[in-house]
Amino acid sequence: MKPAPFDYVRAESVDEAVAVLAEHGDEARVLAGGQSLMPMLNMRLVRPEILVDISGLPELAHIEAEGDAVTIGASITQGELADWPELETALPAVAAALPHVGHFQTRNRGTVCGSICHADPSSELPLCLALLGGEVELHSARGVRTVPADEFQQGVLTTAKEPDELVARTRLPKAQDGERFAFLEFQHRHGDFAVVAVAARRAGDSVSLAVGGVADRPEVCHWSALPGDAVDDALNDLAWALGGGDDIHATARHRRQLVRHLGKQAIDATAAVGAGA
Amino acid sequence: MKTLDRNGRHPVRLTLNGMPEEGFAEPRMLLTDFLRHEIGATGTHVACEHGVCGACTVRIDSKAVRACLTLAVQADGAVIETIEGLSEADGSFGPLQRAFHENFALQCGFCTPGFLMSLSDYLERNPDPTVEEIKIALSGNICRCTGYHEIINASLDAARALRERRQQD
Repeated sequence: MKPAPFDYVRAESVDEAVAVLAEHGDEARVLAGGQSLMPMLNMRLVRPEILVDISGLPELAHIEAEGDAVTIGASITQGELADWPELETALPAVAAALPHVGHFQTRNRGTVCGSICHADPSSELPLCLALLGGEVELHSARGVRTVPADEFQQGVLTTAKEPDELVARTRLPKAQDGERFAFLEFQHRHGDFAVVAVAARRAGDSVSLAVGGVADRPEVCHWSALPGDAVDDALNDLAWALGGGDDIHATARHRRQLVRHLGKQAIDATAAVGAGA
Repeated sequence: MKTLDRNGRHPVRLTLNGMPEEGFAEPRMLLTDFLRHEIGATGTHVACEHGVCGACTVRIDSKAVRACLTLAVQADGAVIETIEGLSEADGSFGPLQRAFHENFALQCGFCTPGFLMSLSDYLERNPDPTVEEIKIALSGNICRCTGYHEIINASLDAARALRERRQQD
């Protein structure tokens, strides 16, 4: 199908973009890479009055590693981040997850912040944001605010972003010395959304596991200590706690089993000597 | 700030396979429809129209992308490559096309332009791919008639031909 008619604005600055959003509110949608928005427009699942195109905005086309975090601007594509030379050392979980985000053709246009804004519960980049405890910087004509990952994604395709706000950048904490990461997912075909995706981080004795595709948003579980013989029980408890239902892709039971199975593989991988990602 | 009215037809100028082209598009017009109906370059095919099948793959500024997930007005000023640009100057098959032809990698041919444009980008990034890498690279292109074995064989052949050509250049 074709999109319903809309006006189109190519913003030349963040100020211009937020001015349009302030005027039109929820009648406006921000277009960056368009790899989630364009299908919804084509299928007329959304019918905005006006699109604000921020793709290629120089102000937002930056990846910066400063201090303990990496800042990724809203016009940076998933492909550009994958090609960033420091990715493997600074963000090993993201480096492992990115090849699973769609296909290389969609990563060529799709943006990192766009995935985070779209907030699909089984999407890989929101999962990384949740695991790492990153944050999202929202701009509007009212000002700038920074929202932590846990408060940003609220449910299925639902975030803390107000209609007049623009996600300008996201900030992801860099891997610290001694931290180990792993990312795994089960999907029916390469490039599909994950049925279940997991990302794990180990720092000393403490272990964190983020799970996508089960609850209505990525959920993170922290254990201050998780000895090897406690992993199975901990994951079983987590699998039941996350809920998750039957759908066309998998049953709830299959999802619980994937949480146990992938969770264990990921946690074990972070314990292995030399497991960087 | 450039605002384009929904009812207006706005000029879009781009470079298509090395030639300047110009047409007009409403903001909602997809790049696929612009290429096919405004320019008349019907080699780019349209199937699912929501980014799943890969039939409409073209290269924008050298990167393989879904033309159905791109607005024509976003392509203003861009360098676009399509299937029409893959043949040799004399009109004979280029290396990618020849490899698909010789390996029986198409039947109806509807999906083929998308496969070839994906490969034309991918084989520049990875000139000597493994079978597994080709499978992943082509996982975003769907063919419903040949099965994929011939397509994978053709991709390996095409990669070899392109490597040899690069050595000769």
